[in-house]
Amino acid sequence: MFDFVSFIPRAVVQGIPLLFGSTGETLTEKSGNLNLGIPGVMYVGGISGVIGAFFYEQSLSSKADINGFLAICIPLVCCLIGSLLMGLIYCFLTVTLRANQNVTGLALTTFGIGIGNFFGGSLIRLSQSDVPSIALSATSAFYHRSLPFADKLGWFGKVFLSYGFLAYLAVIIALITAYVLRHTRVGLHLRAVGESPATADTAGINVNRYKYVATCVGSMIAGLGGLYYVMDYASGVWSNNAFGDRGWLAIALVIFTLWRPNVGVLASFLFGGLYILHMYIPSGLNLAVKELYKMLPYVVTIIVLVFSSIRNKREKQPPQSLGTAYFREER
Amino acid sequence: MTTNEVRKKEPLIHITKRGQLVWYRAWGIRIGAVLLALIVSALISVIMTGKNPFEIYATIFQGTFGTTRKLWIALQDSALLLCISLAVTPAFRMKFWNVGGEGQALIGCFASAACMILLKDVLPHWAVIVCMVLASLLAGAVWGFIPAFFKAKWNTNETLFTLMMNYVATQIVAFFCVIWESPKGSGQIGVINLNTGIGWLPDLFGNKYLLCISVVLLLCAFMYFYLSNSKHGYEISVVGESEKTAHYVGIKVEKVIIRTMCLSGALCGLAGLLLTGGVNHTLTTTLVSGRGFTAVMVSWMAKFNPIFMILTSFLIVFLSRGASDVASKMSLNTSFSDILTGIILFFIIGSEFFITYKVHFRKKHTGEEIAHV
Repeated sequence: MFDFVSFIPRAVVQGIPLLFGSTGETLTEKSGNLNLGIPGVMYVGGISGVIGAFFYEQSLSSKADINGFLAICIPLVCCLIGSLLMGLIYCFLTVTLRANQNVTGLALTTFGIGIGNFFGGSLIRLSQSDVPSIALSATSAFYHRSLPFADKLGWFGKVFLSYGFLAYLAVIIALITAYVLRHTRVGLHLRAVGESPATADTAGINVNRYKYVATCVGSMIAGLGGLYYVMDYASGVWSNNAFGDRGWLAIALVIFTLWRPNVGVLASFLFGGLYILHMYIPSGLNLAVKELYKMLPYVVTIIVLVFSSIRNKREKQPPQSLGTAYFREER
Repeated sequence: MTTNEVRKKEPLIHITKRGQLVWYRAWGIRIGAVLLALIVSALISVIMTGKNPFEIYATIFQGTFGTTRKLWIALQDSALLLCISLAVTPAFRMKFWNVGGEGQALIGCFASAACMILLKDVLPHWAVIVCMVLASLLAGAVWGFIPAFFKAKWNTNETLFTLMMNYVATQIVAFFCVIWESPKGSGQIGVINLNTGIGWLPDLFGNKYLLCISVVLLLCAFMYFYLSNSKHGYEISVVGESEKTAHYVGIKVEKVIIRTMCLSGALCGLAGLLLTGGVNHTLTTTLVSGRGFTAVMVSWMAKFNPIFMILTSFLIVFLSRGASDVASKMSLNTSFSDILTGIILFFIIGSEFFITYKVHFRKKHTGEEIAHV
């Protein structure tokens, strides 16, 4: 029998970084910015948190006097600032300077992964550890802490209550984002900017401001995904390139959910499940087949992309102006 | 009175689109951006290392021009990058954002590695090479055809589709890396046909770097004429400019999209052939090492002009090799080069704004216009 009680929590913890990433990217894309820099932003979010936590832990004389509030807030704030800066770079280039979004995004990814691995590597040297990774177990313990009574509730506790607070935050942010996009005036304006900036401009909406705010907030949300990955999923262990291709998977998830963050909650868990399915498939010693299972999330995304374009329903398309810069005086 | 009130609301900065900027001024701006980027990266290096900036510049320069061998490797690297950049260019000219160069090249690597492994005992050396050429071009073309077909038929978003195809390719390669692993249990393929050299592309004039470089230079010349002097190139430009116009003048847009992407994919496959058959003689999931993405930037920086791409691809290779030399000499992490490359790209990307647009500051008096570039 397939062991759902152990499978679901593992799928969920795999899914949470993707959920953060895809919520952030959805918000960004709704403003018409296709931010292909999200993988880089998530790296920077992760490493900024690690840097903050590292120096906080170093400043303590012993691990015992760690203050729970500071241990959570310092990495969190560092992470938000780091990813905000990445968002600002992207916005300045694509919105203010109207640069090509694909090129800027790819450059941002190169840059962000470089930042992550560079500072990661430098911190590893600073900490003079024997293994190529930094362990921030004290900080991680606070991020990892789940509700105290979760253990006592059997399978229910394990499936629903065994996660750190960032996991719940991811779900809440996704639901709030979905609500804001669908049911508020700000969301309506934002969607207008993404669909047709010229129309929005005529209606008196400040296009650039919406693009900036949506992209920067989106980057900050995505950055939290990197922080969750290091602090909770990896138990505070940063090793270079461990984050892998999750950033691209988060972009895949945006398409998969057809730009709806509320759907993203379940979809990210599904993707998390697909990502680790290969560990649960009884394939014996055949490692090769496992590699094929890792292809599933991407193949599923392609299928969704194709079907949504074939059905061609208006509300299920990418934002119309996605990937194009807006210049008021252009035709 | 009214004019005064109007002036109060006038924004501080106002931008207008330029007409065509003369080429030397445009390139002046770009070179200025590169120089500025070099200053900023040197500053950052100085902060990181505490060394004198000229030492850093010297190290960057040494990274490419230090020894003859380094120069050849840099030229070969630029050629490989140039090959993928040339490959994605026709698609970009058509405003088809092919960010799948990585996957198309990797699948080309896979196809040629497959020929090397499976046909080594069946066919003679030259026949294996012929099969490799055909297989890698075909594999790349198929990888380009799939997203193009859906784009042409149903307008499926090509950026996202080609992006996903990269990872499908990666996993296929990962699958076969395990199947063909040697020695067993290592999970790696290692150098293929190390003893026999079957399927290894021949050296040209006894120089192992020259074949790759000359093939790509020929390709560059071909691409220049294909884009600017052929009917296909004209059709690509028209489709890129406006699909409606293309329809109106009787160009079959679907056909152009599919044909161009097959070409684009096939040439990426050629890069894969050069990588596996000519340079590394192996197959790993990271063999293309991000060139598919860097190529997008190389092509775009050169304004999709094949001749300028020689310069831009060399520039990128020069910088990244230099930065990695700085990193190793000053005992920094090798990822330092990614950061510097990123910064330089940001500057070049940003400089395009000053080429396309003109910035006007608010006039202080009714006097003459102050326009800054």
